Amino acid sequence: MSEVIDRPLRDDEKPAGTRLRIVDCDVHPSLHSLDDLNEFLPKRWQQHLREYGSHLRTPYLFTTPYPRSSPLIARRDAWPPTGGPPGSDLTFMQKQHLDPLDVEFGILQVLDLFIFSQQNLEFGAAIQRAINDWQLAFWSHRDPRLKASILVGQDGVDLAIAEIERCAKIGEYIQINVSPRANEPLGRRRYWPIYERAEALDLPLGIHVGGYGGHAPTGGGWPSYYVEEHQSNAHTIAAQLASLVIEGVPERFPKLKIVFIEGGFGWIPSAVWRMDQHFERFRSEVPHLKRKPSEYVREHFWFTTQPIDEPDEARHLRALIEWVGVDRLLFSSDYPHWDFDDPRFAFKTPLTEAERKKIFSSNARAVYKF
Amino acid sequence: MARHIVARTTEIPPGGNKVVDIAGRDIVVFHVNGEFFALLNRCPHEGAPLEKAACVARLTSPEPGVYERSRVGEMLRCPWHGWEFDMRNGQSWFDPKRVKIRSYPVAVERGEELQKGPYVAETFAVHVEDSYVIVEV
Ligand code: FES
Repeated sequence: MSEVIDRPLRDDEKPAGTRLRIVDCDVHPSLHSLDDLNEFLPKRWQQHLREYGSHLRTPYLFTTPYPRSSPLIARRDAWPPTGGPPGSDLTFMQKQHLDPLDVEFGILQVLDLFIFSQQNLEFGAAIQRAINDWQLAFWSHRDPRLKASILVGQDGVDLAIAEIERCAKIGEYIQINVSPRANEPLGRRRYWPIYERAEALDLPLGIHVGGYGGHAPTGGGWPSYYVEEHQSNAHTIAAQLASLVIEGVPERFPKLKIVFIEGGFGWIPSAVWRMDQHFERFRSEVPHLKRKPSEYVREHFWFTTQPIDEPDEARHLRALIEWVGVDRLLFSSDYPHWDFDDPRFAFKTPLTEAERKKIFSSNARAVYKF
Repeated sequence: MARHIVARTTEIPPGGNKVVDIAGRDIVVFHVNGEFFALLNRCPHEGAPLEKAACVARLTSPEPGVYERSRVGEMLRCPWHGWEFDMRNGQSWFDPKRVKIRSYPVAVERGEELQKGPYVAETFAVHVEDSYVIVEV
């Protein structure tokens, strides 16, 4: 619940979130320009990028998503004074975000070039490789707080496996990122080799919302408005959660850890209740499942917090957090995007010190082994 | 309430703003269509700096497909989540009773008046040279 605030907070009044060193599981770096990638991209693909660019499953040029409500979907105060798009200037990011919010670790999530949605799989793999190298050279090596992920497009499974192996040898990446909008539901067997590698390497699988797999973003078709489409982020990952669980991914890969990023968490209770209820009735259809869906969810899945739902009554948010489980939530800010959450003020309900510690730090430290 | 001289009128261009620190408070003064408005520089939602807000128009629609703009530049759109506030009194558009930005009275006075004192709150047209923007806190 919001209230009238008539003066700035004094230091000793600030919520404990500011005193706690936080792990931010969703920080978006951007390319300053496409030339950033030249040193990591073979000439052949540089030329392809210049001449053909992205081939996505969306009609018409520029119908893909930016701006959506705000130029580059960014906070208006996040444009670096040195030029370039929000998220492209490390010094500015440090000054505006990492230092003042006391970010101990920030996990990079790259969305540039619709990296997961490239339909030319070889081009996609080349771009993914370049971006994976760029994350280290431009970010992690310059600020060790910033952690890189291995980005792969799961529709070229063999290419993805090769890239996972290459990056795993480097040993600096903390998770494997795939798209929530692949060509088929994520639980499908064709994607299992990726899950098998993730489990063997003990790297969590990160799934950040967004992208354009070519399917309508809602089960009902294509929405008219951005505000309508933004809703569909939650539906999409609810469907992917069901697919992963019911096709038996956690059953098959019992040590696999999966993190849903930027999907919020308000939708989780009813999705899980419904799965459990249906499991009771349809158990014989899915005999490969040995346990209730909710049990798989509680052991294998984590959810980053942003965007946090803001019910009118603080106690409803409180109840939601308890239902989902304090140990399932990982704080994320989504810096520098327009729906950024400030760790000090995002939770409009009181949390105990122990809960804060889990959500803002120790859950992520356990999942990512910092 | 004390009165604080915060700027020359010429210092804040139309559509621009200036952030001032008054008694430990971060206050932002906007210049819109010849008028000045002072608000706490902090969004009541999650605390975004309002100096980076967009000064937008009120967009209303009596029916789908018909759009009307009014009060151009007088609505403030938060730089983060885009909540809109009325520049004149800090009230939010969507929940005016509960969510508002703290606002402060503003006056514009000529330099010679200020020197003489006492501080009678008399307003002058903004285009007069050597006028000052005064915020009451
Ligand atoms: S901080 Fe202003 S709208 Fe959220």
